[in-house]
Amino acid sequence: MRAPSSELPIEFEGVTVASGSVTILDDVSLIFDGGAPTILIGPNGSGKSTLLRVAMGLLPPSRGRVTWGGRIDVPPLRRAIVFQRPVMLRRSAGANIRFALGAAGVPRADHVRRTGELLELVGLAPLADRAARRLSGGEQQRLALARALARDPAVLFLDEPTASLDPVATKAVEDIIRAVSARNIKVVMATHDLGEARRLAGDIVMLHRGRIVERGPAASFFDTPQSCEARAFLAGDLLI
Amino acid sequence: MSSDVSALQLVLSGDPALFAIVRLSLYVSLCAVALAAVIGIPLGAWIALTKFPGRQGVIVLLNALMGLPPVVVGLAVYLLLSRSGPLGKFGLLFTPGAMIIAQTVLVTPIIAALARQTIEDLWLEYRDELTAMNLGPLGRVAALIWDARFSLVTALLAGFGRAAAEVGAIIIVGGNINGFTRTMTTAVALETSKGDLPLAVGLGLVLIAIVIAVNALAWTARRAGERWAG
Repeated sequence: MRAPSSELPIEFEGVTVASGSVTILDDVSLIFDGGAPTILIGPNGSGKSTLLRVAMGLLPPSRGRVTWGGRIDVPPLRRAIVFQRPVMLRRSAGANIRFALGAAGVPRADHVRRTGELLELVGLAPLADRAARRLSGGEQQRLALARALARDPAVLFLDEPTASLDPVATKAVEDIIRAVSARNIKVVMATHDLGEARRLAGDIVMLHRGRIVERGPAASFFDTPQSCEARAFLAGDLLI
Repeated sequence: MSSDVSALQLVLSGDPALFAIVRLSLYVSLCAVALAAVIGIPLGAWIALTKFPGRQGVIVLLNALMGLPPVVVGLAVYLLLSRSGPLGKFGLLFTPGAMIIAQTVLVTPIIAALARQTIEDLWLEYRDELTAMNLGPLGRVAALIWDARFSLVTALLAGFGRAAAEVGAIIIVGGNINGFTRTMTTAVALETSKGDLPLAVGLGLVLIAIVIAVNALAWTARRAGERWAG
């Protein structure tokens, strides 16, 4: 429908993010390109959310640089993010999606059809006229996914999208993520749920204290972890 | 006691002169609130979303202007509109138009200051989402005003309360002319000084009843809207 994305690959070159004397991301270099979902894992406070915000372009690095398709300072036209606690606009579910379509520059004539498709995709079509803030946590998370997809993104960042959901709601969200990935949308997702990482990952990036301690294809990460942090995390030890 | 009884009789009798006064009061105050909203809400939103040097000072000043003394505003508008003033050629002094202008000046800072606070709070909540949607400044302002609409009703009510209750500004620029610029508050001031307490009390009661009714209406609309939009 639109021109192919020029926002991939996303490349971090020695990215450091510091707030005061606290270093949140420490000299991170990596590349996100197309393909199966990349899962960021690591304990709370390891820098996963910050990495996603930098990749989205919401937070400038203190040092180092990020390029999108080889360019710097690219506005998020084909990138979208679902925050850990998505903020629902004070409107109906459908109006939330129409708002995102409008912000993405989708012609008004297409809004009704696209809104219907997106709500259908996330299984919320019957709730189109319901106030978004009155939806359940799982429904809000799915609406946030639909709203992000309204931007027709080439890459979708997800920040612990199932962190506070029960298993049924988690499965619904994971099914959507798989469907999204099957549409050639690159998914980059942060989670501290190892089971979820196993279920969805193409490859894994593990963060600890703002540094990348291990990365690689999911199979080898789970079967033969190289770093002691990864082994401890996989063994269920408390990684502090 | 007898003055209370005759005040009630006056209100219940539907005296046309009294209703003309009530109508003018509502017309002037509602027009002023509408104008102040058109100016004050975008102004408040702009201050809420924009970083510029001296912003803190502007916010303090705006908050301070909520307490503008009506007689001072009346005097300033009088000087502007008087025959020899810069806007004297429009011949607005001692007309309802002059009263609307004076009350707009009084109410705009109230609406702008309250809107600024409301929209800034909402902006903190929405900032990440709207930034991630790559929304431009105008789109942000429009989205925030629309989503803050129920809270902004409170700002409008505060402005209406101020406009409906004040007497200092409109008595100076309106002149309290019988049948033309006499409002409830100016009439109460006049009738009290003349000693016609029943009429003053009657008008006072009507004024309070109207303010309560407007607030009740706005509250109901706000509750219904919030139930619908979450």
